[in-house]
Order: sequence, then structure tokens, then C-alpha cells
Amino acid sequence: MSMPETTSAPDAPVINMGTAIRDGLLEAARRDPSVIFFGEGVEDPAALFGTLKDIGKHIGHDRMIEMPIAENGLIGIAIGAAMAGKRPVVSLQRVEFALLALEQILNNAAKTHYVSNGRHNVPLVLRMIVGRGWGQGPEHSQSMEAIFAHVPGLKVIMPAFAEDAKGMIAAAVEDANPVVVIEHRWSHYTTSPVAEGYVHRPLDGPRTVREGDGLTIVATSYMTLEAVRAADKLAEAGHPVEVLDLRVIRPLNLDPIVESVARTGRLLTVDTGFRMFGIGAEIVSEVTSRCFDLLDAAPVRLGLPDHPTPSSRGLVKGFYPDAARIARTAAEMMGLGDAEINAIEQDILTDRKDLPLDVPDPFFKGPF
Amino acid sequence: MADAGNDYRLRCLKQMLRIRLVEETIAERYAEQEMRCPVHLSIGQEASAVGVCDALMSDDRLFSSHRSHAHYLAKGGNLKAMMAEIYGKRDGCIGGRGGSMHLMDPDAGMMASIPIVASSIPLATGTALSDKFDNNGKVTVSFLGDACLEEGVFHESANFAKLRGLPIVYVCENNLYSVYTNLADRQPDRPLTDIPAAHGIEHRHVDGNDLEAVREAALWAVETARSGNPTFLQLNTYRWREHCGPNYDNHIGYRTEEEFQAWRVQDPLERYRKMLEESGTLGAASFAGLEKDIQAEVSSAFAFAIDSPLPEPTEALAHVYA
Repeated sequence: MSMPETTSAPDAPVINMGTAIRDGLLEAARRDPSVIFFGEGVEDPAALFGTLKDIGKHIGHDRMIEMPIAENGLIGIAIGAAMAGKRPVVSLQRVEFALLALEQILNNAAKTHYVSNGRHNVPLVLRMIVGRGWGQGPEHSQSMEAIFAHVPGLKVIMPAFAEDAKGMIAAAVEDANPVVVIEHRWSHYTTSPVAEGYVHRPLDGPRTVREGDGLTIVATSYMTLEAVRAADKLAEAGHPVEVLDLRVIRPLNLDPIVESVARTGRLLTVDTGFRMFGIGAEIVSEVTSRCFDLLDAAPVRLGLPDHPTPSSRGLVKGFYPDAARIARTAAEMMGLGDAEINAIEQDILTDRKDLPLDVPDPFFKGPF
Repeated sequence: MADAGNDYRLRCLKQMLRIRLVEETIAERYAEQEMRCPVHLSIGQEASAVGVCDALMSDDRLFSSHRSHAHYLAKGGNLKAMMAEIYGKRDGCIGGRGGSMHLMDPDAGMMASIPIVASSIPLATGTALSDKFDNNGKVTVSFLGDACLEEGVFHESANFAKLRGLPIVYVCENNLYSVYTNLADRQPDRPLTDIPAAHGIEHRHVDGNDLEAVREAALWAVETARSGNPTFLQLNTYRWREHCGPNYDNHIGYRTEEEFQAWRVQDPLERYRKMLEESGTLGAASFAGLEKDIQAEVSSAFAFAIDSPLPEPTEALAHVYA
């Protein structure tokens, strides 16, 4: 199996995405003393899944602000501190805690630069973790990117690969705008060689992680990894497809997607969130209106079905799109025969063996 | 401003009169339908804005709410830019993007006005946090209404301010009503100051229509906050006109003419004028002279706003991202 990420430093130490984010945050904070961290348990032993580990030891504990359990208030306080020149990084254990703070995020973080006619900036990073597996259920596993992406003034990013995440998180901290960073807990486990020291990856839009002419897959966050696996199996079977890691949900840079679809004639989107009213819907709509004449097949969206996320591994079976379903859908869109589709699907399922549905696939734990 | 020199009494009287004349002119001219945004007037509540702001330095910070005119002017916000903003004009303090409910003048420390109840309280607490980091001696004032004490975010902010020893003054202007609903229908019968007390925050409760009492309490509150102890002021006052708009509304059934008249005689401007005349600080003819001078300034600000161009639709696209 090939490596899902091209790396700038193939001989660099292999680390996972969670550690890469931690390293990126530390580098950004070392470069700018106005960076301060907010979190519930910001310096506790778990250190937010390790993503804040020992940062206070390096930059000073005074820059690590323990958040009382008051998300709306404390995110508002972080916005106020940003207006006064700080660069707060707020880390939330789950996306759902941000729902308590939608008033501050949607009204004040998103609009203050605009309403002030450019007088105020809100350089703020809001990190939110998407949970999955082990029965976390309806209120510990939503990704909600569509809610934040709906609001002008917010930036929304979803890193999928370790080195990219390290560079994107530094770019988010340096950005003059509020940046919502949605990190999938299962992406935290993905590994690759990551360049040491300061890494910067601009928040400029999608990145092609697999090339192919048969079809274009646009995926977000952890679903990019599932899409890569599907693409690799399709390529092995002689049907290479393109995979674009969307990376930056807002502002949405459609040009690379349109360019790819214009070449492949087919578009498949795979969301981490609910399919209805999701990111895929926006992309399909925009791309269709921009290159309708070039489409060879109706675009298809994959995403979560139209019900909340249940806890039981019995109920959650089939809930998440996976490599097998992505490969099958792509193959059907490309008009492959049933026998070939079944063989590709079976190949993926065989690799996964008897692994339970509610733990991450070791495929994503390199090094490869 | 406390660092502007001169006799603070005349300064405060002028500032209250100026706010009154600006808002009465808004009320008079609102029917022309050229000020096409909601306006929430502070007429009758001027002493709290002026007394508190007179205790501040020019680089101290202030956050306000939907009822922001008095706070903006008392903090030193530019009058012409305020009127142009209310008229929706390009020369408005924020280019017509916010209107009356979003007035700000960051150069004067007037950081922002946010119309969602209590929404500016954590922002104010956040600038206080930043200023404490920077050890720059600045104080932030967070103006809030009585209904803000019902919002969770006040408690979240007050808890944090006390926990971290932030240089912030929470100023509660209690005007008894949230739109049409009396305080007694929204909160149990207990002193409002029990709430800051529960957060361990030092507090004072004074007559919000008594300029001297407000200013004295504010001087204590601001200096205490500057030393790293957040404070809370309760200033009881009364909104003379409707919640939103230029009219009186004592006849529509949620409050009585008698109640209004009882507050009307507590007019903070009239009380202070009398006090200064009786003490000889203000000559008998001086008030009329002040009124004339200030009305000229107000008229000129309205003329400026009316003459300013409307912004072009393309300007609406700017500043979505920095």
C-alpha cells in the first residue's frame, strides 16, 4: 500500500497527526508571544489527546489559560483578547461543546472584522475534535463543518494528514481571521514522516493526493483517508481516480475541483458530516453549474445518513462511508461491471479482515 | 475624561446635555425616515454613561449594547461619525455596516457595541484579560442592562474575571424593563448586587440618576479594577421613551404615566443643572448659552451626516476577511 501523503522530508521522524498538530502549535507559539492557549484541562495529564502536551513547559504556564466550564463565555473572552491583540488558540474536546458558544462564534468572531469596517481583527483559532467509535454516540461524534462553513467571516479547515496538519495549524495561528479547525479523532492516529521545526502550509484550498482520469473524489478530513484507500484499490484494478483532500472548507476554493472534474467528467464527494445540507451538496451544486456540459455522470454525494449517530456498534453498522463503499460508488459511476466491482470491494474488505467497525483501520498507521 | 482637565462638573453637565440634545434631535427627525435603522434612545439615563466615563482615561476601554449612543459619546466617540452611521452613510464610524446598534470608535477606546443581550460582556472581559497580560494599566468597562443578569454569559464572564483578577468594571444600568417586561416578572425579589457578590466581586449600588453619586462610585470601581479586582456597579435609572424608537409609550399598557412622571422629576440632567446653579458653579444664564452652542454642534453633525454619500453596494464585499 502506498503512502497517503507525499512528504517534504522522507527521512524525518514518523509521527502521528495529533503529535504533528502539537508540534505545529508549539512552533507557532514560540515564534509569537501573543499566542495564548485556552482549554478545559489545558495542562491536565491527558493534554487534549496529547495535542497540547508540554506546551506550557516550553512557552510558560502563564500562557496556558485554564477554561472554566463555560464555553460561550470563554470563547467570547478569547475573541475579546484577540481584538486587543492576542492570538488565542481555544481547544475543545469535542465539536459539540462549540454549540454552547455558537452565539459568540457566529456573531462576534465571524462578524467583528466586517462590522468594524476593518478596524478590528479577530485572530483566533478554535480547535474542535470529532469523535468516532467506541460507542460515543449522538453527541460526541458530530463534525458540524457545514454549520461553521455557512457563516461568512469564519475560516474552516479540516486537516487529514500529519505534515499538512502541522503546517496548517501554524498557518491558522498566524491568520488574521477566526479559523475553525475541525480535527477528526481518527485522523490524529494517522502517521507519516513530518518535517521537524517550523512548517507552514497555506490555507489555500484543496490538494491532489491521488491522480487519475476516471473520476474526481473530493473528500474531507478522515474521509480523505478512506477515499485514498479506495483510489489505491481502483488503481490496482486499472482504474485510477483523482482524490482531492479539500483541507479548507471556507473560503472554498473551487477552481482545482472544477479543473479536475472538467478532465474526469465525474464527481463524487465524501463528507465527514451529514450528507443532507452538507459540504458535498455545496460542492456538487457549484461544480455542476460551472461545468454541467462536461459531466459524464450525475454527481454523487456520500456522507452520514439522515439520522443522529447511534452508540451501539449494531446500530452504527453501515453508518459511515468507508473505502469499500467509496470504491463501489466510484466504480458504478465509471460503469464498471458487477464482477469487477465485487472483486474490488472484496479486496478492501479482506484487507480489513475481522477488525471491529468501531476502531480505526490500521491501514492509516504507517509508516508505509 | 478624567485626564481632560477643567472642572469635572461643567464637563459632565455639558456631556449630559450634549447626549440629550443629540438624542432629542434624533427623536424629532426620525419621522423623516432618513435614519433607517432601529434606534434605542438613552434619554433619561445620561448620568450613568457620563458619570462612569468621566472616571476613565482616554485609552481605557468600553463595550456597549444596542443602547449605545450615550456610552459612545461619553467615551469620546466622534459625533459626526455616529450620526453618519445612523444615517447609513459612508462616513459613518463603521461605514454604514452596523447602524445605531453597533457604534464604535476604537481610537477613543469605544471598542464595540453588540446588540445581542449580554454578548459584549465576554468581549470586554477578554480585552481585560489581554490588558492584564500586557500589564498596561488599562481598565475595561462593560455596560450591561438588568436583563443581562439573566444571561448565562454574564455569570461565565464574572466568574472568570474574579478568578483571574481582571481589570474590568461591570456597570449594570437597571432601567427596570426589558422591552415591555418588568424586572419583577423576570427575576426573583432579591438585590441585583447579590449576583456579583455570589461571584466574590466587590460592588456598589447608587442612584443612577445622580451624576455625583455615579461618578464617585465609578472612581472607586475603576481604581479598584485597575489594581486587579473586578468590580460591579448597580445604577438604577429609567428609560423615558419606548424600547426602540423615538416615541413615548406610557399609554400602551405595560407601564403607567404615573410611574414615568415619578422618574421624570428625577431627570439626571435637570437635577445636576439645578445643583450646579445653586452652588454657583453655573451662572443663571450659562445653561441657555451651553444649550445654544451644543445645539449648533449637533445641527452641524446632522448636516454632515445628511450630506455624506451612501456607500456603494460593492463596498459591502470588503472586510469579510482580514
